[in-house]
Amino acid sequence: MRRILVAIKRVVDYNVRIRVKADGSGIATDGVKQSINPFDEIAIEEALRVRERKQADEVVVATIGPADCQPQLRTALALGADRAVHIVTSETLEPLYVAQLLHKLVEREAPALVVLGKQAIDEDNGQTGQMLAALWQRPQATYSSKLELGDTAARVTREVDAGLEVIEVDLPAVVTTDLRLNQPRYVKLPDILKAKSKPLATLTPAELGVALVPRLRVVQVEPPPQRQKGVMVKSTAELVAALRDKGLL
Amino acid sequence: MSKVLLLAEHDGRAVSPATARTLRCAAAIPDAEISVVVFAAEARALAEQIATLEGVARVLLVNDAAHAQPLAALIAPQLVELAAGYTHVLAPATTFGRDLLPRVAALLGTSQVSDVMAVETAMRFRRPIYAGNAIATVEVTALPVVATVRIASFQAVGVGQAHAPIEVVRPAAPLPTHTRFVSQSVATSGRPDLQSARRVVSGGRGLGSAENFRRIEALAAALGAAVGASRAAVDSGFAPNELQVGQTGKIIAPDLYIAIGISGAIQHLTGIKDARTIVAINKDPEAPIFEVADIGLVGDLFAILPELEQHVAAAAR
Repeated sequence: MRRILVAIKRVVDYNVRIRVKADGSGIATDGVKQSINPFDEIAIEEALRVRERKQADEVVVATIGPADCQPQLRTALALGADRAVHIVTSETLEPLYVAQLLHKLVEREAPALVVLGKQAIDEDNGQTGQMLAALWQRPQATYSSKLELGDTAARVTREVDAGLEVIEVDLPAVVTTDLRLNQPRYVKLPDILKAKSKPLATLTPAELGVALVPRLRVVQVEPPPQRQKGVMVKSTAELVAALRDKGLL
Repeated sequence: MSKVLLLAEHDGRAVSPATARTLRCAAAIPDAEISVVVFAAEARALAEQIATLEGVARVLLVNDAAHAQPLAALIAPQLVELAAGYTHVLAPATTFGRDLLPRVAALLGTSQVSDVMAVETAMRFRRPIYAGNAIATVEVTALPVVATVRIASFQAVGVGQAHAPIEVVRPAAPLPTHTRFVSQSVATSGRPDLQSARRVVSGGRGLGSAENFRRIEALAAALGAAVGASRAAVDSGFAPNELQVGQTGKIIAPDLYIAIGISGAIQHLTGIKDARTIVAINKDPEAPIFEVADIGLVGDLFAILPELEQHVAAAAR
């Protein structure tokens, strides 16, 4: 059985205008809409397409977090994942800890491919995929915009600063998704009902034999400095004059 | 004392401006002694360039044909070996550093501090979260510190007085064969590099087509500016991915940023908010880009663009 593991994260929905808590302890999340991290939605979509091309037999979706992450797993099942694994913890999700937990899960599931977003849009760390690949001692193909899967290797086009890079990685491997890899599908209502009967297993970090060793401490969170509102000009000539005044022309 | 190991980025011929900016961050770490390591197939000339940069105490040079292209899976185990005894391992938060350094951090058994925008102490740093809509101060509780540096937050260091010693090193860590470089398509626009340009002209969906997008090239040429694009313009196929400016593209800090037909989605604004002067030209007076613009002009792009180009060309004469 050829399996693809997709790791997803529940994050504050990308349309929400976030608010920093007054005491500087973090971001206000009470009553705020939460969704699957958009890059992870792309990861789910890519895994489903691989299965639909008959290049994989099963798509397993996993997440790590408190009990209220399960709606996002159900959404992934409704999109088409075959089963879900929830690693239940309310501890701080430090990147190395997440990678260690996923590594243990990978050892159990033995996937041919692990797909996950290049970063989560809350903490913007961009570390998990690379760390998992390191602990697993397997290849990584980050920022992918095209994935061609073979029997024993994958050819991945990566979006890098200079342009596009193509690398070949032996399987199993870790792939992280960039924006242009695909356009995720929408959930259909009947599938939401069907997803309720799909298997969803829960595990704990203790069962996986991983304990959090904190390495990072968030001292304070604050809003960014605001830019001063500028001036509106009425014509190109006025724009040019304003640029001259600033010594930019 | 802090012992900093900084990973140099290069294209095989020249050391990237991102490296000199990362050096500025390294120098902000109190009482830091900075070593720079360069991995390449022909690293000698690169090491010579690095040796002249301000603040560099020594250069470590790893010459290996396997490093002709920078592959994270190959560099990481060797960098981990060289990192022994260092308190800090730094790399620029470019696609090169962002790809590689978490692999290094995991092998060193620690989490990374991503996108450092300010150094508070040797262990405490400021970094953007939520696409720059909040700034977190984080403290690393155990050495080593592994961090990528948000290059838009730091000026490049210049050439110093001294010439740092260069040491050839041969890490013993074996190079994995599971990852192979196939090809790279590098855009050669003839324009300045987007990430380090002092002036940038960017186009958005408002330009309407790939053909129209090219019209901003003329303005960029007249200004000696690099060309950028919004995510919407890249997604619509008007511009290639490497031009994308924003949280998931390039984060830049030019002296002058001219946004043409860009509405100003939050993730785009994150990529430009360190620009000194932002000019926005858009037909929609309600576009969010005007909230952050220093100079705004509402109007028809296709009438304004040629006028602006003429004015700029005249000013240059």
